[in-house]
Amino acid sequence: MPAVSKGDGMRGLAVFISDIRNCKSKEAEIKRINKELANIRSKFKGDKALDGYSKKKYVCKLLFIFLLGHDIDFGHMEAVNLLSSNKYTEKQIGYLFISVLVNSNSELIRLINNAIKNDLSSRNPTFMCLALHCIANVGSREMAEAFAGEIPRILVAGDTMDSVKQSAALCLLRLYKTSPDLVLMGEWTSRVVHLLNDQHMGVVTAAISLITCLSQKNPDEFKTCVSLAVSRLSRIVSSASTDLQDYTYYFVPAPWLSCKLLRLLQCYPPPEDGAVKGRLVECLETILNKAQEPPKSKKVQHSNAKNAILFEAISLIIHYDSEPNLLVRACNQLGQFLQHRETNLRYLALESMCTLASSEFSHEAVKTHIETVINALKTERDVSVRQRAADLLYAMCDRSNAKQIVAEMLSYLETADYSIREEMVLKVAILAEKYAVDYSWYVDTILNLIRIAGDYVSEEVWYRVIQIVINRDDVQGYAAKTVFEALQAPACHENMVKVGGYILGEFGNLIAGDPRSSPLVQFNLLHSKFHLCSVPTRALLLSAYIKFINLFPETKSTIQEVLRSDSQIRNSDVELQQRAVEYLKLSSIASTDVLATVLEEMPPFPERESSILAKLKKKKGPGAVSVNELEEGKREGGELNGGGERGDNSAIAASNASTPSPSADLLGLRTGPPVTAAAPSAGSLLVDVFSEAGVNDDGFLSSAPPSVVSEDPATPLPESNELLNKFVCKNNGVLFENQLLQIGIKSEYRQNLGRMYLFYGNKTSVQFITFTTTVTCPGELQSQLNVQSKPVEPLIEGGAQVQQVINIECLTDFSDAPLLNIKFRYGGALQNLTLKLPVTINKFFQPTEMASHDFFQRWKQLSLPQQEAQKIFKANHAMDTEVLKAKLLGLGMALLENVDPNPENFVCAGVIQTKAQQVGSLLRLEPNAQAQMYRLTVRSSKDTVSKRLCELLAEQF
Amino acid sequence: MIGGLFIYNHKGEVLISRVYRDDIGRNAVDAFRVNVIHARQQVRSPVTNIARTSFFHVKRSNIWLAAVTKQNVNAAMVFEFLYKMCDVMTAYFGKISEENIKNNFVLIYELLDEILDFGYPQNSETGALKTFITQQGIKGQPQTKEEQSQITSQVTGQIGWRREGIKYRRNELFLDVLESVNLLMSPQGQVLSAHVSGRVVMKSYLSGMPECKFGMNDKIVIDKQGKGGTTDEPGKSELGGSGKQSIAIDDCTFHQCVRLSKFDSERSISFIPPDGEYELMRYRTTKDIILPFRVIPLVREVGRTKLEVKVVIKSNFKPSLLAQKIEVRIPTPLNTSGVQVICMKGKAKYKASENAIVWKIKRMAGMKESQISAEIELLPTNDKKKWARPPISMNFEVPFAPSGLKVRYLKVFESKLNYSDHDVIKWVRYIGRSGIYETRC
Repeated sequence: MPAVSKGDGMRGLAVFISDIRNCKSKEAEIKRINKELANIRSKFKGDKALDGYSKKKYVCKLLFIFLLGHDIDFGHMEAVNLLSSNKYTEKQIGYLFISVLVNSNSELIRLINNAIKNDLSSRNPTFMCLALHCIANVGSREMAEAFAGEIPRILVAGDTMDSVKQSAALCLLRLYKTSPDLVLMGEWTSRVVHLLNDQHMGVVTAAISLITCLSQKNPDEFKTCVSLAVSRLSRIVSSASTDLQDYTYYFVPAPWLSCKLLRLLQCYPPPEDGAVKGRLVECLETILNKAQEPPKSKKVQHSNAKNAILFEAISLIIHYDSEPNLLVRACNQLGQFLQHRETNLRYLALESMCTLASSEFSHEAVKTHIETVINALKTERDVSVRQRAADLLYAMCDRSNAKQIVAEMLSYLETADYSIREEMVLKVAILAEKYAVDYSWYVDTILNLIRIAGDYVSEEVWYRVIQIVINRDDVQGYAAKTVFEALQAPACHENMVKVGGYILGEFGNLIAGDPRSSPLVQFNLLHSKFHLCSVPTRALLLSAYIKFINLFPETKSTIQEVLRSDSQIRNSDVELQQRAVEYLKLSSIASTDVLATVLEEMPPFPERESSILAKLKKKKGPGAVSVNELEEGKREGGELNGGGERGDNSAIAASNASTPSPSADLLGLRTGPPVTAAAPSAGSLLVDVFSEAGVNDDGFLSSAPPSVVSEDPATPLPESNELLNKFVCKNNGVLFENQLLQIGIKSEYRQNLGRMYLFYGNKTSVQFITFTTTVTCPGELQSQLNVQSKPVEPLIEGGAQVQQVINIECLTDFSDAPLLNIKFRYGGALQNLTLKLPVTINKFFQPTEMASHDFFQRWKQLSLPQQEAQKIFKANHAMDTEVLKAKLLGLGMALLENVDPNPENFVCAGVIQTKAQQVGSLLRLEPNAQAQMYRLTVRSSKDTVSKRLCELLAEQF
Repeated sequence: MIGGLFIYNHKGEVLISRVYRDDIGRNAVDAFRVNVIHARQQVRSPVTNIARTSFFHVKRSNIWLAAVTKQNVNAAMVFEFLYKMCDVMTAYFGKISEENIKNNFVLIYELLDEILDFGYPQNSETGALKTFITQQGIKGQPQTKEEQSQITSQVTGQIGWRREGIKYRRNELFLDVLESVNLLMSPQGQVLSAHVSGRVVMKSYLSGMPECKFGMNDKIVIDKQGKGGTTDEPGKSELGGSGKQSIAIDDCTFHQCVRLSKFDSERSISFIPPDGEYELMRYRTTKDIILPFRVIPLVREVGRTKLEVKVVIKSNFKPSLLAQKIEVRIPTPLNTSGVQVICMKGKAKYKASENAIVWKIKRMAGMKESQISAEIELLPTNDKKKWARPPISMNFEVPFAPSGLKVRYLKVFESKLNYSDHDVIKWVRYIGRSGIYETRC
């Protein structure tokens, strides 16, 4: 800022500010401000023009008042006037006011833009900079619109001063970030790239920020920057520390620029040109060499700057992943840092090594540091560093060192920080499974894991053990033995009990030969843990007991005794009580054959991606995995953790008697295959094995997802045709209902238009999320019916109801019904439901009254054979005249009295209104009370209509 | 019950902190400062709930008094206590200011010990307190031994507010009826809301233990007497412009010396008065209020840059009476850049710091009229908001009770000492002040 001339002190402003600071209370401050505002208003209003100095002073005061938190609604004009001043201080204050108090008044914006334009073309570098700074500070879309074309020109013009170029580059960067669509690429882009060759280091530093940002979006346009960046980098790297003078920071030449260059290069693949590549490799080698040199200064800034470049270089090496030599050198360099006394460096080294470990070239090199890393895991004080060490161990693990690493991680787990325990547990579980050569080792490891950190072992982990044990015959005996031993510990974790219960229930027979683990001993051991467990575990144990009855008939009486006890059969928990009752009955009624079939050993699980892996991915958050994977992880997690499904199943179980659905039967006894788990549903691949096979804590005997949830959106529910028929003669009612959802319907029709209100009611206490509905017209219906639905709220709270309006226009006659597809998540599980919307052709009937004579005349007119449709059918309901009348009226036609000579018969007339045409229809229904039969005759001017009407009506009586 | 009491200065520094219960921690002190005194938005509610702790505050000039509690206390009781506390402090050391509080902090702690016990309010009668809390701040003569010996019996006795053996050569009694009248009127002169809140303040210098009986034109009493047959002569009122005989009191509260049982059964106000100054009763009326002034505003917007305001005030009471300290405050828009005022009477000035024209008239007799006209120049702003036109407010003081309350009698009986009702010199005064007296424009 130029020296302040004598008159620029703005005494008035200083006095005002000190007055405000001296105010004793808020009220006093407000009074002082009001007074000042009134003064400024009268000054601005005053007839005599203000000179630049006082204008500046008052604008300054306004700015100060605004910054104190008061509203300012005037003074913009004066500030804009200041912009056109030739004095730096006045201009500066003007710009300051504009950028702080930008106002979207169009008139003003025009003036401001004009002033900025003048300054930009003024050739006075200070003014140009001020204008550029203002544009960047405001950074609004309007500004971008006005100047996005101008600034690149300034940036690449040959005669622009360096300082202006710097400002212009950063200003353009800002505009590009706020409104990328307005900054158009053009011939200037190639010239911007050449700024990398600029003499002035400041310009290069500013330009490279811009280029990096632009090249991320349009990599092709900026391809040429690679070679320029390499040459620039090599010049910096090879320069002596004194060459760059102002840009040398604690003996490091241009550290910021170097970092930015290296980061820019990370946007591109390795250069194809051999010379460029050679030069770049040389640079990287020099950087690595420099790291080995003794520091030129003891100051921390020196080493920080040096290391910043080094880490950026290593990132680039990892990014290229093609130079084994460099990768190994980088790894060695990082290895040195692992023992550095600076914690930050150790952290960064571990983090970089994690990425290095995934490269095939450096994996071996990373492995050499295993001891150091394990040591870091044990001794590091900072938990975030320990976390990185654990990550690195996980990343460097392979078949050769898995046992060592898993053992180390397990031992560390005992003392690990609580915040990382769960992740550690998952990692151990994954490594153990991934690199297990010997499955007994795997079983040991996981059981150890449960013993050490049972609380942090999520459901997925123990599901997985069981899955593996069941799928591998060779470990079953060993597993049974091990869990039996593990269960003997006086205090077992509940997860251990779950695994124990499951495995002994399945494979207890394999160790029953040993008198120390005879069936009764096994049972007693399990039952000793029973009372300490939560309800889901108890339920699982009960299932294990019934399996025991099958495996060891000798335990039958003991177990029946247990099941019969009041604490089971009268348990307050419905689930436990039901299991106890059902198992007791099963064991006493069913023959051994039936028992053996029902309680058969679990079939092997289909091989799938480990759910634990998915869980780990989920834990890492959106940064680590793509959205898609995350979604998947969530879904799996959701279904596994299975709040929704579990609740659902037990709800079904509870309402067993009233639900005819076969899967609702807990044991699958009455119908269907004995062990439902054997029937893999046609579900999507995403559905985890466990939910399918029923290894959820609902017990390994229970069922697949409820049948009402169809996975395929295209096929509607089997019963939806029935549902449709229900609504032929009525417009309102309940369309669909299951344990979760109730759909009510209310509709009204006029002429060829209809409006339908759908009411979705959440019957549970848990909210439905991502609730979406779509209405589709399959096949040719698209051209026959025009259906528009308004989107529905994506969230339905528990117990709440939402409404959806559907507008229907009948274009021409139709026979199909539109499909309504409903998708939502309930407690994590995706529910998918397709129904037919009860829109039938008869809804568009206009009743027509006519006399007997007219009726028969028309009846005769419609005498072509295809115009008539006739059906003779048996009555489904009692033949009640009143009910029949009501139904026919509900159909929408006019019921004509005293027309047919036989008073028993019914005749109706109506016109179907479609957009394209009107279809007159006549109907005659002749009931035969003796035979309980009906004859239905429909005649209409269009044959398809007659047929459809006849079909529809035949179902009604 | 009250858990603690804090006094802060305007900066939020704690001057006095007295905690009565364990459930109030020291952090409560900071919570109030952060959330109320230093709150970004001005806190208007006198009760603030922060983390399940209730803060009841009153502000006296720059001093904040805050009572704190975790329990569900009677808020009215707490505020009554805080007001009493202010009265007591004023009686001891005059104006409540930071300096006075700092100078008298020992006294204040002593008072707090006395008037609150484990959070339960105790005797807060200044007269009684002054007999046994005698820090240097007390004005008046030192007490005799004999008086001090009586303290215990008095404090624990039935009549805690008056000690025995008071003797005056001249038995005198001053009675002030102080009322504040509140009004909100529409521009067309329609009363939107109006009420009078009044107080009867007495100063008694009576010997012995006199029994007093106070009578006023309470509607219920008058009606009852009317039925009884002894109708008062329906004469004209001597006061104000009120021609009516009785007033309907909406609600009233009494000083602890008044026998409530007697009021409940006979609606007569009888009491043994404390010595010196005290507030006998408070009341509120909403019916048939005499509005001493009528404000007729006329605002005309001339274009976007000019505003013409004309305000007429009319005094509406007996011509023989004089209203005093009249002040009319006419708010001006926020973009006022200049004001010209012409008024017939008094002085008017544009006060920029308050965004208002303030018109002051020293005195004005009844049934008169005066007017002011102002031309306000506005600065055109790009703000599209319209000016909200806040109401014109008014301040005044009139020598009658706008509620129409009249003192019918105040009888003094002292059986032991030898003076009768006629020997007591009684003074009655009525003062009506403006409360929030606003007219929309």
